[in-house]
Amino acid sequence: MSAIGTRKAGRFIGQSVTRKEDRRLLTGHGLYVDDVSLPGMLHAAFLRSDVARGTISRIDVDAARALHGVVAVYTWQELQGAFGEAWHTMLGEELQVPPPLAIGDVRHVGEPIALVVAESRYLAEDAIELIEVDIEAGQAVVDFNTAAADTTNIVHQAWGLTSNAMVEVPFTPLSPDLDETFTRAAHVVECTIEQNRYLCVPMEGRGIVASWTPGRDEMDIVASCQGVHETRVFFSRYLQIPESSIRVSARDVGGGFGQKMFVFREECAIVLASRMLGRPVKWVEDRRENLLAASHSRNETGRVRLAIEADHTISAITVDHVADVGAYPPCPAILDPMLLPGPYKIPRLGFSMAMVWTNTMGKGAYRGPWMFETTAREMAIDHAARTLGIDPVELRRRNLLAASDLPFTSPGGNLFKEITPLETLEHALEMLDLVAFRREQAQARAEGRLLGLGVCAYVEPTSMGVQSLASEGATVRVETSGKVMAFLGTTSHGQSIETTMAQVVADTLGVEYDDVTVVQAETQSTPYGPGTGGSRTAVIAGGAAREATLAVRDKVLAVAAHAMEAAVDDLDIDAGAVFVRGTPVKSMTMAEVAKAAYRNAHLLPPEVGSGLEATVRFRPNTFPTWSNATHLCVVEIDRATCIARVVRYIVSEDCGPMINPTVVDGQISGGVVQGIGGVLLEDFVYDDAGNPLTATFVDYLLPTTTEIPVIEIGHVVTASTTNPGGFKGMGEGGAIGAHAAVANAVGDALAHLGISVCKTPLGPNDIHRLLVEAGAD
Amino acid sequence: MPESTTYPISVQVNGTARQARVEPRRTLADFVREDCRLTGTHLGCEHGVCGACTVMLDDRAVRSCLVFAVQADGGRVTTVEGLAPDGELNPIQAAFEAEHGLQCGFCTPGFVVSATALLERNPNPTDDQIREGLSGNLCRCTGYQGILRAVHRAAETMGAKTS
Repeated sequence: MSAIGTRKAGRFIGQSVTRKEDRRLLTGHGLYVDDVSLPGMLHAAFLRSDVARGTISRIDVDAARALHGVVAVYTWQELQGAFGEAWHTMLGEELQVPPPLAIGDVRHVGEPIALVVAESRYLAEDAIELIEVDIEAGQAVVDFNTAAADTTNIVHQAWGLTSNAMVEVPFTPLSPDLDETFTRAAHVVECTIEQNRYLCVPMEGRGIVASWTPGRDEMDIVASCQGVHETRVFFSRYLQIPESSIRVSARDVGGGFGQKMFVFREECAIVLASRMLGRPVKWVEDRRENLLAASHSRNETGRVRLAIEADHTISAITVDHVADVGAYPPCPAILDPMLLPGPYKIPRLGFSMAMVWTNTMGKGAYRGPWMFETTAREMAIDHAARTLGIDPVELRRRNLLAASDLPFTSPGGNLFKEITPLETLEHALEMLDLVAFRREQAQARAEGRLLGLGVCAYVEPTSMGVQSLASEGATVRVETSGKVMAFLGTTSHGQSIETTMAQVVADTLGVEYDDVTVVQAETQSTPYGPGTGGSRTAVIAGGAAREATLAVRDKVLAVAAHAMEAAVDDLDIDAGAVFVRGTPVKSMTMAEVAKAAYRNAHLLPPEVGSGLEATVRFRPNTFPTWSNATHLCVVEIDRATCIARVVRYIVSEDCGPMINPTVVDGQISGGVVQGIGGVLLEDFVYDDAGNPLTATFVDYLLPTTTEIPVIEIGHVVTASTTNPGGFKGMGEGGAIGAHAAVANAVGDALAHLGISVCKTPLGPNDIHRLLVEAGAD
Repeated sequence: MPESTTYPISVQVNGTARQARVEPRRTLADFVREDCRLTGTHLGCEHGVCGACTVMLDDRAVRSCLVFAVQADGGRVTTVEGLAPDGELNPIQAAFEAEHGLQCGFCTPGFVVSATALLERNPNPTDDQIREGLSGNLCRCTGYQGILRAVHRAAETMGAKTS
């Protein structure tokens, strides 16, 4: 026994302890979906449409069926009537997952038309080659900015629709004096901000192994997903069988970033095939499938207007917003207009919005799905500063909320109490040394070099109270050995949940981190959880883990008090032992407590004989839990190649007290690099006929070690009051802030040439075009 | 379609002799993953860009998705499972653990093998050389920060041991 009587708060919380996940992953012993191999398992491949919009006039699968090793070939006809409702709890009945295979017509390139199940993936792909499909191509709707006005070419004509608008909200002023404010303002600045289409691109694509056991009538699923419980709930509805007959697990998942939050139509097809064949069926997509037919993201446009007073206070902001949701959006998450004023003291707001169907891959969630509010506002603020002839930093200083301005209710109704926008800006600028940078920049410009600083400030709504996302459950148990297990409803896909939640449990109970094991991503042993997404684990799952552990702690103390003939109030737990406060010699190890509770249960009075286990559901006391940050990006553009290179990247973030600082910084860095990629490298492009032009990693470029600088991260720590730990979520912030920071840095590098950057991507071709248009190439 | 022809191959995989009959089109990655059941080698793109499938073939790091199994006939293959056969992390793996060089872990075996090849070739690399040496591996989680720190750390640790 160690350190008795010297219980230190946060022995593990706040420490960068070694991750529990690492050893298996570093030695090649992770268990991802493609590593699952079952007796009798079959392999699947899809035939996909190479036409963006068209009518299927003929499908001939005879040759494919006849190929040796092919077990089944399905088109939509064979799957008709085999399934029920196809919706997710979080998204509701309105948004049905499209039928597993195209029925009669295709609406985007990559849409699955036929499914082959064979003895090997090689044979399945051979058979795909033998299927003949004739499609009468129609005029595809590709440009989302004009799609809503197109009354001739309708993406969902087959549904009887006459418009491409999925949702249209006319301009809505949220402040009664909005018009007057714009009329009276000293300056009105307007610009149209365009954000390109870029994608989650988890390194492991989608995949599923579905295994139906006839007789037992049970469906066993291993999926690369972000939520095993919602996958089970979904398939319970879909197969019209009880949840108890479906087991879903996901031991290791190779990234998700929002893409794997919901069940895809392909996964539905595989589950149906397994049920019909009574055999395990595996489908693991290849990269082309992932780029073509897993969800796409971003791709939004906003005309932003700012009313700015003579003293440079911003008195109103509006956006007219259009988002491309593709043909079948797995999750049509778009800009949240209520967040448009962000971390600023902007008192007035108005917006219009449209979500528009096109003949492209559907929109899905991607790390901060609502983040176009940040891109639009932050790029517009830079444009406004330049129009006014002031430093974008100064315009932000003038308008950002400081801790002393709180509480503050935004015109969108968001109440901020514990955020630090101005403080993180100043902190980040201090890390940069703004004065020295502007001096260096002036020198660079004098030499003809293009050096720029981009700033982006944002608030991040984490742990949102969106229906099923509002709560998480945890079961914590001291086992007969005295070791502790925590069963959580989460499904980690890189978030270090086995580590951070063990830290919370260990500290809350007073045991060693090494003695806590977290079980998750397995439906039959863990409480329901809606899936890991929305930056909810620290706050909500952490809250559940803490509350369940506290309940177990009470039980441990009761058993120990009885065994030690002491009063519960006199006892404490530390380093895995219960002891009488002030009398360190009188103690019991957790193993001894477990022995008293289980092996010698007959000796316990009934009121303390309830075991050493508790299950609790937790929801924060208010929603969301706000965190905030300021990003600074410095780029230098090579005049010869027009390549913008990030030379410094600085983040000052306030995500409250951190459970594991290294894990937090890892999340920030990962998100930032996705944002850098989205501006400078990544761009998913369709031609005018809806043909994808970037369906390989040779065309769709991800950042590598050679494009990324050291990311400098600082923390301003303000505890949240929404949860007992004071934690704030932060999983999406990096990706939210980086887009505008990088774009604004390119803008700053080009500003003295009279160039205003309002559009991304900003690859070398784009920058070259800007220079040519400005006559500065 | 006629039955595919198969060819006998013999490969030393992590020190163990493996004999198999494979179709000529079977990739080394599929041979390692499916025939040898060594699933630590991952497939992230199957067109030679992401580096997740990197293995050592006769002391050279190769992308096993672009090598046919028949090309490895008579060769020696080392996968991530072969880097720490006694269950202890080798200095590179330990450095990844210490520096948070992995999150989801899917790209990790490829990075560990690439870093092994890099440090064998150049035990004392500069930062630029490390970046260049790992530029054929994609990671989507870490932003490369922990990975770069890990390889620096591993180089220092291994340098200290050998000097």
